[in-house]
Amino acid sequence: MDVPPSAAAPVVRLIEEFHKLPGVGPKSAQRLTYYLLRAPQEEARALAQAILEMKEKITFCSICQNVTDRDPCLICANSERDPSLLCVVEEPLDILALERTRSYNGLYHVLHGVISPMDGVGPEHLKVAELLERLKGGSVQEVILATNPNLEGEATAMYLGRLLRPLGVRVTRLARGLPSGADLEYADDLTLTRALEGRQEMD
Amino acid sequence: MTTPRIYKTEAIVLRQRKLGEAGKIVTLYTPNYGKLDAVAKGVRRPKSRLGGHLEVLTHTTVMLAQGRNLDTVTQAQTVESFAPLRADLHRLSRALYAAELVDRFSPEGAESYHVFQLLLATLRRLVAASNVDTVLRHLEMQLLGLSGFQPQLARCVNCERALAAVPSYFSPAVGGVLCPSCGLDAGGARPLSLNALKVMRLLQGGSFAEVSRVRMRAALAQEVEMHLRAYLIHVLERDVRSAAFIDRLRREDLWEPARVSS
Repeated sequence: MDVPPSAAAPVVRLIEEFHKLPGVGPKSAQRLTYYLLRAPQEEARALAQAILEMKEKITFCSICQNVTDRDPCLICANSERDPSLLCVVEEPLDILALERTRSYNGLYHVLHGVISPMDGVGPEHLKVAELLERLKGGSVQEVILATNPNLEGEATAMYLGRLLRPLGVRVTRLARGLPSGADLEYADDLTLTRALEGRQEMD
Repeated sequence: MTTPRIYKTEAIVLRQRKLGEAGKIVTLYTPNYGKLDAVAKGVRRPKSRLGGHLEVLTHTTVMLAQGRNLDTVTQAQTVESFAPLRADLHRLSRALYAAELVDRFSPEGAESYHVFQLLLATLRRLVAASNVDTVLRHLEMQLLGLSGFQPQLARCVNCERALAAVPSYFSPAVGGVLCPSCGLDAGGARPLSLNALKVMRLLQGGSFAEVSRVRMRAALAQEVEMHLRAYLIHVLERDVRSAAFIDRLRREDLWEPARVSS
């Protein structure tokens, strides 16, 4: 990282810390640092505290592995939710997306990643053992595999399907087809094929 | 470079990595421009017109616009999606291995029509072949040859005498076979059965049709795989990561599926 040698050491240090963040290049890192330099003391303190508090208070829910500040998390502790449905997702952010739909009232399980053989990520690096452990309880009737519809997501779903089917639970996969507002003409063959396969009666 | 500012090429998508908010960098293998990285903007959004045509292991036609650093994909149209590969974990794991191997062997931009054809043929074979592992061994040996690392299987690398029809040694370090007397004390050399040597010669010289007709016992297939993998690791100076997943699937298939419930 090329920081002007004239910069004071604490400034350089902060620039370097910002630079480590995803999506932050050397120029953005400098800009953020110099912004904070001029910002009021309280603003800098609030940011520092927010970061520390997040790191100290947030843990993983011991049941669903989602990020949470209490264990079990709000979703797992909610008795209104259907414990017989379990939706398996790649990342905590996927839960937010699914919750936004307000169409799902079951529980979740976060894998924290996806099988990616080329990057050396195998099932042992994901929360698969925790998932199997959860299913031993016997209350789950259906597992919905909601990994992304890309190659790695499919591989992960296939792998989990293979592992879960012998357990006697119903294993389903999110439907795959055309997104609303899309043009048929631009759809790829695989998506179109799935959309045809999953066609439904007009009602 | 005399490549025009906007150009069209066939490509096989080897891998992807996330870029920014919704984009990806795709690694493409092309017949004329070799391996190249390109930016695909917005492909992680569900409504992306490109995303589905740029999945890993897709044979596709792309329009690329030259950029300062990386080129950008402006259009993409699937030629062949190899759908059966995506529906079968065993075939998929082998196809990913094939893509990783080609990726590792290819320096950026090095032109190679033959490697492209080899990869395309390999993916087609993996869709249908009854023995997916033989497809990979053939790919490995052919790729070694095309990259200038063809192992010496005709004569002893050390004393250069023709090999007799007896068990010998394979040494990744010297890049070939050592006769029984030269190989005995050679470091890193492992015993090579006569049948394994014959299979390796066939993989090196024969067409895939010929190779696929050979019925191999599991132990022999394992021996050939072990020698080739040792040599690949030596040449690439690193492990092929996807191999671990193939090994895992094989291991798990050996267990009874009922195991998990107990």
